[in-house]
Amino acid sequence: MTRDEISFLLDLSDFYVAQNRRADKKSALLRGRTLINVFFENSTRTRTSFELAGKRLSGDVINMSVSTSAIKKGETMIDTAMTLNAMGPDVLVVRHPHSGAVKLLSQKVTCSVINAGDGSHEHPTQALLDALTIRRRRGALDGLLVAICGDILHSRVARSNIHLMNIMGARVRLIAPRTLLPAQVDRFGVEVHHDIRRGLDGCDIIMMLRLQTERMHGSFVPSIREYFHFYGLDHEKLSCAKPDALVMHPGPMNRGVEIDSELADDIDRSVIGEQVEMGVAVRMACLDTLTRDVTADASSGAPSGAEENAR
Amino acid sequence: MTASPDPEQPTAYVNARLMDPASGLDTPGNLLSLNGKIADLGANLFSGGVPDGIQAVECGEKILAPGLIDMRVQLGEPGEEHKDTIASATAAAASGGITTMICLPNTNPPIDDVSLIEFMARRARENGAVKIYPYAAITRGCRGEELAEMGILAEAGAMAFTDGQNALANSLVMRRALSYASTYDLLIMQHPEDPELVKEGVMNEGEAATRLGLSGIPAAAEPIMVARDMRLVELTGARYHAAHVSTADAIDIIRRAKARGLPVTCDTAPHYFTLNETAIGDYRTFAKTSPPLRGEGDRLAVIEGLKDGTIDAIASDHAPQDQDSKRLPFAQAECGIAGLETLLPLSLALYHAGEMPLIDVLAKLTANPAGLLRLDEGRLVVGAPADLVVIDPDRPWRIDPDLFLSKSKNSPFDGHPVQGGAEITVLGRRVVFERAS
Repeated sequence: MTRDEISFLLDLSDFYVAQNRRADKKSALLRGRTLINVFFENSTRTRTSFELAGKRLSGDVINMSVSTSAIKKGETMIDTAMTLNAMGPDVLVVRHPHSGAVKLLSQKVTCSVINAGDGSHEHPTQALLDALTIRRRRGALDGLLVAICGDILHSRVARSNIHLMNIMGARVRLIAPRTLLPAQVDRFGVEVHHDIRRGLDGCDIIMMLRLQTERMHGSFVPSIREYFHFYGLDHEKLSCAKPDALVMHPGPMNRGVEIDSELADDIDRSVIGEQVEMGVAVRMACLDTLTRDVTADASSGAPSGAEENAR
Repeated sequence: MTASPDPEQPTAYVNARLMDPASGLDTPGNLLSLNGKIADLGANLFSGGVPDGIQAVECGEKILAPGLIDMRVQLGEPGEEHKDTIASATAAAASGGITTMICLPNTNPPIDDVSLIEFMARRARENGAVKIYPYAAITRGCRGEELAEMGILAEAGAMAFTDGQNALANSLVMRRALSYASTYDLLIMQHPEDPELVKEGVMNEGEAATRLGLSGIPAAAEPIMVARDMRLVELTGARYHAAHVSTADAIDIIRRAKARGLPVTCDTAPHYFTLNETAIGDYRTFAKTSPPLRGEGDRLAVIEGLKDGTIDAIASDHAPQDQDSKRLPFAQAECGIAGLETLLPLSLALYHAGEMPLIDVLAKLTANPAGLLRLDEGRLVVGAPADLVVIDPDRPWRIDPDLFLSKSKNSPFDGHPVQGGAEITVLGRRVVFERAS
């Protein structure tokens, strides 16, 4: 995506934030349109966020999760996609545990596809909602120093945010032990730090990433205790950043692992709750944008595989 | 020699041949220690005589060098106190001219937790004649599976990380260990031996093993592991040290890695340049070591590696074993040599044989291990700890394990003729050893 496209989506998202703060949160934009949430990997918050976004725009929303689907019976992902496509949805929101799966799926269907997270590759709407949260607090992203801290190796959120922040003129620092950094990540136009205090020095924004339990016990990091000691964000480490630095987390949080519980609840510093609110608005803006072509010219068929992608 | 000096008084070591491998200093002169630190030294110091109030220790024109740093010592404590205790091992070390020893974590329990580092520090403080610094385990229980808490362990005082006498064989775990260690700029030490190739082997594979009917360990087990590790070092950029290298091929791999600029170091033990596999003779279990004593070609390659600097350090690889662990059929006997008291004389043999200048031999025992472990010790420089050894490099004697201060006497060097050894060993303010004349 270009800077203009991102700005357009963020502007539109601002509009939907306002709508979501009204008593009557509903508009009729997607009336008659169908949105299917296809989740090949468990998710509560992203799926709920998309579901709510679709419903607030009056679309018909169906949730399909892999545990109840034909995949369990041996159907391939592409066959599942073709079957769903034949039912004529307008938008498929897809999450998949394998990188690139959403792209593959989008090539096989005629409707729009939104990537709701694929493996360790991308999570574009998360990056957009993070950008919206920051922009509303700071006015602009240009020139901000953004630290992304934690399990960058496995994180699609980190990859999408690196792309978006770079496009929008923010500077990105990655902070992690080497075992949690992907190879040659320094080629992404970022600064890499292993010492969190040095890494946070002068930062405006700190994005903490979730460290999954199975990675905490000796494989990537020795223990939760050690990880929290060196990389867990608490008020003391936060004091190395700018005094008004904001703390973000894509959720779900591991309190006491990557973030101190007290800090996570500190309303002066933590914007974690706000990120969730922005998520619904950003997803409404994406649905709005992606269904505009359909609205304008339904008969000629939408451009297939209009994958929402922050690249 | 004078009587033991008063530890509270400034002390002058006079009439010495000052030898500091770190700076290349080799000159007749004197040295002043104050509060356990080196306060001054040089050829011109006290040229007008030692002033009143400073007690003098006469060195009799013998060498005054930094106390030796033995970077690889297996302690019996905790867990096998019948083989060696901190008290017996440090007394043995002091008599061998060693003032700092770094001990392996494969004790029982293994040193893989901060509390054990603190335990070792306390025991060393209370019972140690010389300094003991601990290594900590790379993986929990030295089992080669899950990473130990290297960051916290390093903060608590772990000098470097090693699974002791276990090779870290799993490539993925080694990669992650190196990668994680490089995060905090920590040193990883490997026992470089492919355990699958060792298996039932008990001595070097070859004619000697075949004649004795003992299963062999191929020399290739070492270069295979070192070669793999070099790739992983290249991948991760971590600092890596190969312990007790014993084969020509492994040394050659490290030589080339160093030439390419990789952050790699290695040590060897005196038995690998003093003995070869024939020392096993008629099933002498005192010559059973891990890695095993190799063939003559490998022994000569170790000397070559020491001479050209590929091998940075000489460590005793002290591994105390009691009689019951050694008086067994060869295959069932434990590995290891009690080496604290023979480290210096066996190393000095390199000098007497004309292989290396004396100061270069001492570098392998002082400045080099100190450098790669980033210790303040190991140098004669103002401000450094006054850990010193007076060495007579020429005195001829025969090694007698019965006289070892170590609880264990397992040495294949019984009756071995040597030249030179420690006369006086000083740890800061204290004289911890003085040879009875």
